[in-house]
Amino acid sequence: MNTKSIEIYVGLFVSSAIAALFFLALQVSNLNAFNQNGSYTLSAHFENASGLKNKAVVSIAGVPVGRVSSIQFDSENYDAFIKMRIDARYKSLPSDTSASIFTAGLLGEKYIGLNAGGLDEFLQDGDTIELTQSAIVLEELISKFLFNAKDD
Amino acid sequence: MNVFQVIGHNTLASLAKLGRASLFLIAILKGLGYVVMHPRLLIKQLYSIGVLSFWLIVISGLFVGLVLGLQGVYTLSRFGAEASLGVMVAAALVRELGPVVSALLFAGRAGSALTAEIGLMKSTEQLSGMEMMAIDPLKYIFAPRFFAGFISLPLLAILFSSFGILGGYIAGVELLHVDAGSYWSQMQSAIHFYSDIMNGVIKSIIFAWMILWIALFEGYDAPPTSEGVSRATTRTVVNSAFTILFFDFLLTALMFGAS
Amino acid sequence: MISIHNLSFSRGHNKIFDNISLSIRPNKITAIMGPSGTGKTTLLKLIGGQIKPDKGNILVNKQDIHALSRTDLYNLRKKMGMLFQSGALLTDMSVYDNIAFPIREHTELPESIIRTIVLMKLNAVGLRGAKNLMPNELSGGMARRVAMARALALDPEMILYDEPFTGQDPISLGILVKLIKTLNETLKITSIIVSHDVEETASIADYIYVLSGGKIMGQGSPDALYNSDNAWIQQFMQGKSDGPVPFHYPAPNFETELWHN
Repeated sequence: MNTKSIEIYVGLFVSSAIAALFFLALQVSNLNAFNQNGSYTLSAHFENASGLKNKAVVSIAGVPVGRVSSIQFDSENYDAFIKMRIDARYKSLPSDTSASIFTAGLLGEKYIGLNAGGLDEFLQDGDTIELTQSAIVLEELISKFLFNAKDD
Repeated sequence: MNVFQVIGHNTLASLAKLGRASLFLIAILKGLGYVVMHPRLLIKQLYSIGVLSFWLIVISGLFVGLVLGLQGVYTLSRFGAEASLGVMVAAALVRELGPVVSALLFAGRAGSALTAEIGLMKSTEQLSGMEMMAIDPLKYIFAPRFFAGFISLPLLAILFSSFGILGGYIAGVELLHVDAGSYWSQMQSAIHFYSDIMNGVIKSIIFAWMILWIALFEGYDAPPTSEGVSRATTRTVVNSAFTILFFDFLLTALMFGAS
Repeated sequence: MISIHNLSFSRGHNKIFDNISLSIRPNKITAIMGPSGTGKTTLLKLIGGQIKPDKGNILVNKQDIHALSRTDLYNLRKKMGMLFQSGALLTDMSVYDNIAFPIREHTELPESIIRTIVLMKLNAVGLRGAKNLMPNELSGGMARRVAMARALALDPEMILYDEPFTGQDPISLGILVKLIKTLNETLKITSIIVSHDVEETASIADYIYVLSGGKIMGQGSPDALYNSDNAWIQQFMQGKSDGPVPFHYPAPNFETELWHN
């Protein structure tokens, strides 16, 4: 086995591994999402964000436009302070857009659904969404139902 | 000798061995400069350690993926969740099976070959001969093999995972008619590059470190007889396997437990 | 050129060398002989600095070899050539590359000059035609000669031969004996031969030390030893089967053991 063919095989090996890495990055994972166009950050307060996870989808009219980037406890308002990164392509969200936490499917993950408002001003990087609706917690729903049923 | 003496003696012997092995490792790491100056050595080792393991890893990955695909469909269809097959196959491979299985195969194939080669060089006095020619075998023989394996194993793990995912596609989509679109799309939304794929790569980097350290040291330390070399080869495979599985547990707890 | 003072070395409980002193004269062939297992190879390793003695020191060119830093030790080793018992050729390179190896590693000489040197060294041992063979294609004697050429590659001041004659056929023996003698004379180097092949060694050695049990049993020129009064040396030099070293390993009385067991 002479040096030339050894070097060729090693080169093939390393390039096939790099190709595999690209395959994993692009086809298997969500690496390129929102990296090409840049993104901007919006924040929102929710009374209850239970079940929402980091990197959950943010969508408007069912179309994914961003991801949740951080979930923190706001100790001044005693609620959940959520930040999300929105793809810079979608820069015309009205400033009275509302955000609600929905469940995908019956047992699915939580996601944030945005509902466009009607004002002419648009949300900029760093703005806060004022109107929010919290996650629906199954137990609260059931207890509501039980109490209502009892009342009847 | 009573039990305590035996335990004490063995503990001391193991500590001494670990000490020798650590000094050995430090000396090899110092050889990085030498390896950079002599890339031919590195390339030759990349060939014998990496390229010659290629088909083993790729075919094993393909079959593991095929099996994951089959098993996945059988189990997920009970919950009506076959569409999530992609997520299952990809997550299992990229986070666990890719790094771990490829490391185990690598330890068996390349690790044992290295130990045997070095043990043989020791018993034919090639290492001594090199020292007497004023060439440090740790730099000329050991360092290139260490760094070549360090580069090769993560690459092999990536190949394993990739071919496994393709295998899952073949089994699930082609053979068992899972929807192709949901195979990839669900996978893409659930697998994150940095936390899943790169963590898997980090795991295999750590496995590579361990396997090569063990394989090279066992060869270096082996008594230069045929029995000594064969025992050392066995120890390489066994100790590598234990170390891989132990570190896999540790790393999984650290990396994936937090989120 | 090399002087060994009060050297003691043990391996485990075995006292391999017990307070011995030797001196190796420059430009001469000095032989260190003795029965198998007396640690002759160990002595060469001590001289080469691969292992450290328990007591005493070894001075090479007036430098204590075990007090040298790693760099200095390596520099000293470039002036020593060592011929291992098995040849110790690197099995993944050809004969040519094996001899070129030390030159390529330690010098910046261009390939054209290296080629000249390698061909010269191979010619000196009579194996110029074998330059492209691989070590596993060589016979034992040829491998040793290639190893000799390699030991000469950097033009050392001394060569250490570890059991060069063991297991060789008569023709190879003749060649090796002639080579060692000729090289020593023409290159004006110092040679140390460690061996237990009395006849071959005695035919070319200028001075012989006979070791056994960690001590020097006798020393002198080959003739002096052949005519020695010491019965042990006589038994060794002439290869007698019985004498101070008995034929029988210590055992109880034969008749008693046969009939009463």
